[in-house]
Amino acid sequence: MRRRPPAVLIVLGCLGLALFVVPFVGLLARTPWRDLPDLLTGKVVTDALRLSLVTSLMAAAISAILGVPLAWLLARVEFPGRSVVRALVTLPLVLPPVVGGAALLFALGRRGIIGGPLEQATGLLLPFSTWGVVVANTFVAMPFLVITVEGALRNLDTRYEGAAASFGAGRLTVLRRVTLPMIAPSLVAGLVLTWARAFGEFGATITFAGNLQGRTQTLPLAVFVALESDRSTAVALSLVMVAVSLIVLVALRDRWWRAL
Amino acid sequence: MSPAGLVAHLVAHRGEGFRLDLALSIPPGRTAALLGPNGAGKSTAVAALAGLLPLDGGRISLAGVVLDDPERGVFVPSEARKVGVAFQDHLLFPHMTVLENVAFGLRSRGAGREAARAGAAEWLERLGVAGLADRKPGDLSGGEAQRVALARALATGPDLLLLDEPLSALDVTTRVELRRALAEHLAAFPGPRLLITHDPTEAFLLADEIHVIEAGAVTQTGTPDDIRLRPRTPYAADLAGSNLVAGIAEGGVVRAGGHVLHVGDRLSSGPVLATIRPSAISVHRVEPEGSPRNTWRTTVDLIEHLGESVRLRTGRPLPLTVEITEEATRVLHLAPGAEVWLSIKATAIAIEPDRPTA
Repeated sequence: MRRRPPAVLIVLGCLGLALFVVPFVGLLARTPWRDLPDLLTGKVVTDALRLSLVTSLMAAAISAILGVPLAWLLARVEFPGRSVVRALVTLPLVLPPVVGGAALLFALGRRGIIGGPLEQATGLLLPFSTWGVVVANTFVAMPFLVITVEGALRNLDTRYEGAAASFGAGRLTVLRRVTLPMIAPSLVAGLVLTWARAFGEFGATITFAGNLQGRTQTLPLAVFVALESDRSTAVALSLVMVAVSLIVLVALRDRWWRAL
Repeated sequence: MSPAGLVAHLVAHRGEGFRLDLALSIPPGRTAALLGPNGAGKSTAVAALAGLLPLDGGRISLAGVVLDDPERGVFVPSEARKVGVAFQDHLLFPHMTVLENVAFGLRSRGAGREAARAGAAEWLERLGVAGLADRKPGDLSGGEAQRVALARALATGPDLLLLDEPLSALDVTTRVELRRALAEHLAAFPGPRLLITHDPTEAFLLADEIHVIEAGAVTQTGTPDDIRLRPRTPYAADLAGSNLVAGIAEGGVVRAGGHVLHVGDRLSSGPVLATIRPSAISVHRVEPEGSPRNTWRTTVDLIEHLGESVRLRTGRPLPLTVEITEEATRVLHLAPGAEVWLSIKATAIAIEPDRPTA
């Protein structure tokens, strides 16, 4: 017969679980189930859902394209100031997102040091545009990818890469055919975390990209606005977020993010 | 004229104060072994030859091409060298099938997908593991993985075959079987072959020439028989199972510590190494009579049964390894702690001048 786990651990663990469960119970208790179909098909909700999915997925994709090389450099190349770079990369994890959004505005806004020349050269103005949402999402979410992938690269047995080189593979071939496939579980886990963080992003987005329905108003922003005016819509929007997040996290559980 | 085969002088520094300094020359069709304990520098030598670690000094030339020469600023990177390595622990790529693993080198060196797969299949066939083509490395036994690793090393048609501890991860039965297969494939490989191992049996059976390496330097080079019968360092002697006694020779005796050994060689003088084969030592329960001049009393410290024969470790004044038959052990009622007399014929002790140590 198996011994029972210590009672104190069971009690504390259940209290911890309650902290996660109670808010959802509250949400479900306030849900206007009868009006739900109408609420969910309202333009505000569908616009926000579409925008949230598009911008969060793009943020995850950009994070992969820029974050994997950054992680590789941090893990494999010794350069002066590496620890400073690593601190800068992880800064958005600690920084209040509002501060991040403000910083983005000062840099990439119309009068920002990069935003001004960028607008003159290309006509592209990031703030208050959907691209601005993507930038804000990426800024806040990419650190999750970088630290996950960097950790995986550090744990990878580099002898495999040496072996691949000895069989004639150049460095990019080694990366593509050996390194990345071998850290695939961590890479996917990092992408899921990055996407999840981008999907829920609020502070940096509203500060940098504003709150325009159909253009920059993502689900979290729409919830915030609706709470002031229309509680039923706020609840419906929240349910959509909970549902999408749960579906993704459950579907990917075990199979993909064991590496965490 | 640039020499064929491998001509290498490897000088590399690693970690705190470790220095590898090793000269190697292997003609095509010959097998050399680097035999040494862990930490002797064997892996550093592999990394340098494979191009994974640039030399700090010396030079590597293979089939007439200089691969590394730091003084002249020449360094051919790993992917451009034609060195086929069967790595320690195999290092088969876990996410690829066996076939993809062997095809990897061919693909990297420019073969098309189909050609690479066909070439890989042919090598798997030759190594007798064609049936494993679609398996993942995680599902292979040690012996199977070693054959696949060998196929992968040979598939690209390298100029040098490097085998790093090829049999060390295998159980005894598989090792004996695979050693035979390895001997065949080594013989079929036309270029120079280098075997890296800490297992003397492997080196003795597979190599034409053995370089004993200790603490980054070669301490003895010779044929397997040279090393076996005339080991020059306690490590080599231990590998070969022989006793090695360092002492000072003069007029037919060798003084080692406080002990005097009578030897057949009356001419040598100065520092010498005396080699005594374990089977050349006789064991008696009472003081023997007659000719042996080397006779002394000691105790049995340790008894090791090795099938037909038994190895004894004796105590002071001169600790030696003695090999006798199981039968003799029984007749003499030997047990640890037993008091015995040892005798060695003077002519059974080989001596040779001890090289001054650098």
